[in-house]
Amino acid sequence: MIKMFQQTIRLLFLPVFLFAGIEKELQTQFILAAPGDTIRIPDGNHQIRGTLSIEGKTDLVIIGAGMDKTILSFENQDEGAQGISITNSSNITLEDFSVKDTRGDAIKVQYTDGIIFRRITAEWSGDPEETNGAYGLYPVQCQNVLVEYSVAIGASDAGIYVGQSSDIIVRYSKAYNNVAGIEIENSFNANVYENHSYNNTGGILVFDLPDLVQKKGGNVHIDNNLIENNNLRNFAPPGNIVGKVIPGTGIMILACNDVHVFNNIIRNNKSVGAGIVSYFMTEEPINDSLYNPYTSDIHIYNNEFERWPGFPDLGYEIGQLLAVKYGRNTPDIVYDGMRDPESLIGLCIQNNQDARFTNLDIEHNFDEWYSPFISNFSEDISRHNCKKDHSLNHSIKK
Amino acid sequence: MNIITSKTHYLLLLLLLLSVSYSGNPLKYSKPKLSDYGFFQGRLADHNPIDGVIPYDVSAQLFTDYALKSRFIVLPKNQQLIYQQDGTFDYPENSVLIKTFYYPENYLYPNQNIRLIETRLLINTPEGWLGFPYVWNDEQTEAYLEIAGERLQVSFIDLEEQTINFEYSVPNFNQCKGCHVKHNQMVPIGPKTRLLNHEFIYDDGAMNQLKKWNTLGMIRELPVDSYVKKTPDYNHPNEGTIQERARAWIDINCAHCHQLGSPAETSGLFLNIEETNLTQLGIYKPPIAAGQGSGNLKYTIVPKEPNQSILIYRMESTHPGIMMPELGRKLVHKEGVELVKQWIKEMEE
Repeated sequence: MIKMFQQTIRLLFLPVFLFAGIEKELQTQFILAAPGDTIRIPDGNHQIRGTLSIEGKTDLVIIGAGMDKTILSFENQDEGAQGISITNSSNITLEDFSVKDTRGDAIKVQYTDGIIFRRITAEWSGDPEETNGAYGLYPVQCQNVLVEYSVAIGASDAGIYVGQSSDIIVRYSKAYNNVAGIEIENSFNANVYENHSYNNTGGILVFDLPDLVQKKGGNVHIDNNLIENNNLRNFAPPGNIVGKVIPGTGIMILACNDVHVFNNIIRNNKSVGAGIVSYFMTEEPINDSLYNPYTSDIHIYNNEFERWPGFPDLGYEIGQLLAVKYGRNTPDIVYDGMRDPESLIGLCIQNNQDARFTNLDIEHNFDEWYSPFISNFSEDISRHNCKKDHSLNHSIKK
Repeated sequence: MNIITSKTHYLLLLLLLLSVSYSGNPLKYSKPKLSDYGFFQGRLADHNPIDGVIPYDVSAQLFTDYALKSRFIVLPKNQQLIYQQDGTFDYPENSVLIKTFYYPENYLYPNQNIRLIETRLLINTPEGWLGFPYVWNDEQTEAYLEIAGERLQVSFIDLEEQTINFEYSVPNFNQCKGCHVKHNQMVPIGPKTRLLNHEFIYDDGAMNQLKKWNTLGMIRELPVDSYVKKTPDYNHPNEGTIQERARAWIDINCAHCHQLGSPAETSGLFLNIEETNLTQLGIYKPPIAAGQGSGNLKYTIVPKEPNQSILIYRMESTHPGIMMPELGRKLVHKEGVELVKQWIKEMEE
C-alpha cells in the first residue's frame, strides 16, 4: 500500500518532467530513489546544465542503453564542478552510459562504500586541452571500488583516478588522450589489471602525496596491462603535481611503498618505461611531518619492455639528462635511488624481458648543476635482485 | 492456500514493511507549500512570525549572489538547544531553521520593491537534518517545494547603480546537504555562538541575540564565556582587523566544505577560523586535485602576492569547473575578493 503511495508521489512529479526536461526528471529520481531501485536513462544525447547529484543512497543502479547510446552531454554546463556527484552512499552501480564534456570532473564519488563503474565512458571530445576537466572516473575516499569495461578520454589530470580509497579493482578498461591514463593515489589494496592505457602523457601512475587526509597507500598490484605509446604532451594546467610527469612515461611510482608491477607489456613510451622516484624529484617543499617521501618495497618483475630507439622528451630536465647520458637508447627502468632508510626492502627488479636499468642516485649525483653529466649512474640491476622468485607467486593471466 | 504460500505472503509483507522504513523518501518530512507550516501570520511574504518563531541574523554571511536573507529559528514547545563545546548547538528533533532569500529592485532602497526568491527550511527530522527548498511564485503569495531545485532570472540595481542580470539557482535537496555536511551528517552552518553574539533589533527593542535566546529559555546552560568570542561582520572595517575580517569571510564562505570531516578535506586545505597550521591554511601549499582550478599558479596563497594565489583566482572565477565555492553563486563577491586580497598583500612572508 505504502509502496503504491510512493509510486503516486512519483507520478505526481511526472508533469514536472514533461516540462522541465530530462535533467530535472533525473535529478528528481535520484533524490526520491528507494533502496533497490533501478533508474534507467533512455538512449539519446541529453543536454545537462548542472551537476546531477546522488546523496545518501543505498543499493541503487543507474543504467543507460549503452556507452554509445545514452550520452549525458555537459557541453553547455553552467553550474556545478562535476557532471555526476555521488556522496555518502553505498552499493551504487553505474552502467552503460557516457558522460561528456563536463566543465570540471566527469563522475566524482566520495564517502561511498561500494561503487561500480561498468561500461561507463568519461570523455572530453576534441583535442586534449588544458581546459578539459581534471578527472574522468573519480572515486575518492571510497571503499570497494570496481571500474570495469570503462573508458576515459581527454582528462587534463587522470582519466581513471582512485584517491584516498581502499579495496579497489580497475580492470578491462581503456584510457587514452589523458595526462595520466590510470592513477592510484594514497590508496590501499588496489588491483589494476588487463587494462589498455595508451596515448596518454603517462600510462599508469601510483602516487603517495603529502598534505592529504589518507596519508599513504600500499598493497597496490599493477599487472597484465598493456601500456603503450604514452607520448602525449603534458597538458595538465601548471601547478598540478601531474604536470611534472614527463611525456613518454609508461608507469610512474612516486613516493609509494608496497607496489607490485608484473606481467605487463610496457612498450614505446619514449622517456621512461617504469620510473620509481621519491617526492624529492618534484622539487616541492614538504611541510607534512607525517609524510614519507621515499619509495620502498617496490617490485618490478616479469614485465616485457620494448622501446624503439629515440630521444626522450627534451622539454623536461629528466629527459635532457637521460638524453645526454644515453642518447637515443634511454633505459626502461629509471630509479632515483632514494630508498626509505627505515625500510628493509627497497626496489626489487627480476625476470623482466628486455629491461635496461639506471639508478640516478640523486642523493650523490646532483651536488652541482653539472655533476649529473660527469657522474656514472649505476646500471647494475643485480643489486636489485631481491632473491625472491616472483614468477612462482603469480600466474600469468594472459 | 497451503502453509508455504502463506509463509511467502508473510515474507512479502515483511519485505514491504522493511522497504517502507528504509524508503529514503525525504518527502515524508516535508509539506508541499510554505504556508502549510504556519510559521507566519498575515500576508505570507511579509514574514510576520507567530509566537515561537524567532528571527535572527549572523555576523558573517555566506555570499549568495548578493541576495539578502531573513532567518528564523523554531524550536518545539518547551524544548531547548544544548550548547556544544565547539560553539554550536545540539537541536531537539523537529527544530526548524528558516531562511528566505530576496532581492530589492534597487540596493539603494533595500526595503522597497522586494522580490522573494526562495525559502529554505532546514528540518531536524528523526533521520537527521534535511534541507527543503521552497520557490516563491511570481505573485509572491506562496512558495512551493522544489526538491530538484530551480533556475530563475533575477535582476537588480546594485549600489553603483549598475543593473545586474543573472540566472539564480535554487539548490536541489542534495545540494543543500553538499554544503551542510560534516562527518556524513547534515548540520546547520550559521547558528554558532560566535556568529550570533551581537545585537538584533526585535519588535520589543534591541538585545544581544544570545542573551535573548537565553532569556526566552531557548538554551540550556549557555556558558558565560559564549559572550566573549565574536566573529566580526567582514563588511565593516571597524569590526576587526583586515586579518580578522578576511578570516571571517573565508570561514563562512569556504570552511563548511574546507575542514576536516567535510567534503573538501580531500584537498588538505582547511579554511575554518580555528585553523592555525599555515600550510593547511594554504600558504605555499601546492594544489592536490585542482585541475584547471590552479589557474597555472603554484600555491593556494603566496604571501604579499594575491594575484599569484590560487585562492583569489578561484574566488574571482565564475567558470563552473574553476570557481569557489562550487555552488550557490553566479556572480563574484567583489568586496570579499578585495578584502581577502588585502589580507594576502599584508601577510608577512
